[in-house]
Amino acid sequence: MSLKVTDLSCARGGLPILEGVSFALEPGQALVLRGPNGCGKTTALRTIAGLQPALAGHIDSLPDTIAYAGHADGLKATLSVTENLNFWAAIYGTRGIDHALDRMNLRQLADRAAQNLSAGQKRRLGLARLMVTGRPVWVLDEPTVSLDAASVALFADVVRGHLAAGGMALMATHIDLGLPEARVLDLGPYKARLPEPSNGFDEAFL
Amino acid sequence: MIALLTRDLRLAFRAGGGFGLGLAFFLILAVLVPLGVGPDRTTLALIAPGILWVGALLACLLSLDRIFALDYEDGSLDLLATAPVPLEGVVSIKALAHWITTGVPLVLVSPVLGLLLSLPVPAYGWLLLSLTLGTPALSVIGTFGAALTVGLKRGGLLLSLLVLPLYIPTLVFGAEVVSRGAQGLAVGTPLALLAGITAGAVALLPFASAHVIRINLR
Amino acid sequence: MSSLWEYANPLKFMRTTDWLLPIVAVAAVVITTVGLVWGFFFTPDDFRQGSTVKIVFIHVPSAMMAINAWVMMLVASLIWLIRRHHVSALAARAAAPVGAVMTVIGLITGAVWGQPMWGTWWAWDPRLTAFLILFLFYLGYIAMWAAIDDPDTGADLTAVLCLVGSVFAVLSRYAANFWNQGLHQGASLSVAPGTRMDWAYKAPLYTCMVGFGLIFLALVLAGTRTEIRARRMKALAARERMA
Repeated sequence: MSLKVTDLSCARGGLPILEGVSFALEPGQALVLRGPNGCGKTTALRTIAGLQPALAGHIDSLPDTIAYAGHADGLKATLSVTENLNFWAAIYGTRGIDHALDRMNLRQLADRAAQNLSAGQKRRLGLARLMVTGRPVWVLDEPTVSLDAASVALFADVVRGHLAAGGMALMATHIDLGLPEARVLDLGPYKARLPEPSNGFDEAFL
Repeated sequence: MIALLTRDLRLAFRAGGGFGLGLAFFLILAVLVPLGVGPDRTTLALIAPGILWVGALLACLLSLDRIFALDYEDGSLDLLATAPVPLEGVVSIKALAHWITTGVPLVLVSPVLGLLLSLPVPAYGWLLLSLTLGTPALSVIGTFGAALTVGLKRGGLLLSLLVLPLYIPTLVFGAEVVSRGAQGLAVGTPLALLAGITAGAVALLPFASAHVIRINLR
Repeated sequence: MSSLWEYANPLKFMRTTDWLLPIVAVAAVVITTVGLVWGFFFTPDDFRQGSTVKIVFIHVPSAMMAINAWVMMLVASLIWLIRRHHVSALAARAAAPVGAVMTVIGLITGAVWGQPMWGTWWAWDPRLTAFLILFLFYLGYIAMWAAIDDPDTGADLTAVLCLVGSVFAVLSRYAANFWNQGLHQGASLSVAPGTRMDWAYKAPLYTCMVGFGLIFLALVLAGTRTEIRARRMKALAARERMA
C-alpha cells in the first residue's frame, strides 16, 4: 500500500499549471507541498484525490484509500459535533467517533451545534472527520488554517499518530507543522511551461 | 446511504432548513387563483386539476436549488464525491430526500386545496394517486437540474428555465388523470404513461445527474 | 490518411470554411430567393385557401429546420461527449440560436397562416404546442451556455442537457398529441397515397427547403468560426495572464 505519483500534469481553468510532478509515499511517511499562492497546490491535491482528471501522468494507489480534506470542512451548521462526525463515519462505514473526539479535543463540545463553534473549533472538527474515515492516505489542503498554536501541535500529534499506525499524509501548507520527519516538495519548479505558441488553431486551443 | 438520507431529512426539519416553504407556497397559490378567477364553483371545478398540478410543480421547483447548493458551498459535495459511496446513489438519495420533504407533504395537503378549488368528488382519489406517482419524477428531474446548475452564479433562475420544460410531460399526464377522473372518464392510459415517465426518470436520470456533478466539481 | 474527423481540427476547419463558407452563403441566398420568388409569384392560388397558402414556402422549411437544427445539436453533442472534438461542441453552440430563430419564424408564419384559415392567431394544437415547447428547450440550452465561463465545462454540461432535453422533447411532443387532437393539417409532404400537394407547389417548396438548409449551414459555419475565434481569444488572454 502506497501512493505513487508519476509525471503528473494538471490543469486549472483549462490551462496546464503543473507538469512533471513525481513523488512516492510509503506507509509512515508524510510529504508537505510548498510553493507560492496560485502555484497549483490545491489543483494538485484535488487531482490526486480524484476530483478532477489529470492532464498526463499516473496516480497509483489502491482504490478507496484516500481521504481528502479541502478548504471547506463539509460541516452542517445545524448538526451537532457528534452528529456531523457520526454522519461521516457512517458514510465511510467505520464505527466509533470517540477516539477522534478525544484526540482533537472536542469532547466538551460534542453536543454543540457546528454553527456555534469558533473557526478554529470547526477546523478541528473538520480534521477529526479525517480520523473517522479510517483511510490510510490523508490528502490535506491547508489543514492548519485558523488553528491556534496549541491546536497546530495537537494536529501534528494526530498526524504523527496516523503515520505511526502505517498511514500516509500529503499536505499543502505554509507554516511549520513541527513535523521534522515530513519531507518537503516545492512545487515552484514544476510550473507548467506554456506550450509553444502556434500560428494557427491547434486542437486544444492553447 | 441511509445516513445521508437521515442527515438530509434532519437538516430539512431543523431551523433554517426551509421545510414547509413549498407547502406554504402551494397553499397561497390555491388561495390566489380563486381570488383572481372569481368564486364561481363550476369554473373552479373545471380548472382545479390543472391549478393543483401546476401548483405542485412550482412548489417543487422552489426548493430545488437547495438540493446541492448548500453541500457545494460547505464542501460536503467534494467530500461525498471522494467518499466510498457511488455518486449516482448520492443523487438518488438527494432526490428521495427532496421528495420526502416536498413531494409527500404536497400530496398530503392536495385534497384540502382541492376542497378550496371545488374539485369534483370523484377526482380526489385520482388527485392523490397521480401526485403520488408524479411527484417522484418532479424530484428526480429537478435534481438533475440542480446538478446542472450547482456552482453557477444566478443558478436559481437558470434552474427554473431548464427544469420547467422538462416537467411538461409529467404535468400533462398528471393533470389529465385528474381531469379525466373528475369527468368520470377512464384514466388508465395517462396514469400508465405518468408512471412510465416516473419509472424511466428514476431509473436513468441519476446517471446523468452524477455525471454532471462530476463535471461541475472539476 | 484523410477522414471526416480531420475537420474536427479547428485549424483544418477554419482553412476549409475559409473557401467553403462564401460558396454556401451565396448558394443559400440564390436558391432561397429563386425558391421564394417562384413560390410567391409563379404558382397558382389554391382553390380553397387562396394566396394565403403561399406562406407555406417559408413556414414548412423553417419548421423543418427548427427540428433539424436540434437533431444536429444532438449529434454534435454526442460527438463531443464521445470523441471530445472541440469544433463539434462549438458547432452545437452555434446552431442553437439559428434553430431558435427558425422555431420563431415557424411559429409566426404559422400564426399568420392560421388567422385566416382557423380564425385564430393561436390555438393549443399539439403541433403548435410542441413547437412552443421546442422553443423553450432552445432557450434553456442557450441560457446554459451563456451562464458558464469555462468552455469545456460548458460544452460538457450543455451536451448532457441536450441529450436529456431531446428525450423530454420527444415525450412532450407525444404528451401534446395525447392532450389535444388538433386542427393542424397533416404533414404536407407525406409520401402516402393520395398526396395532397401538386408538383406545381412541390418543386418550389423543395427549392425553398434546400435554400433554408443552406442558410442554416452557412449561419452555423459562420457561427462556429466566431466561436472558435472567441475560444482562441480566451485562450490567448489566459496565456497572457499566466506568462
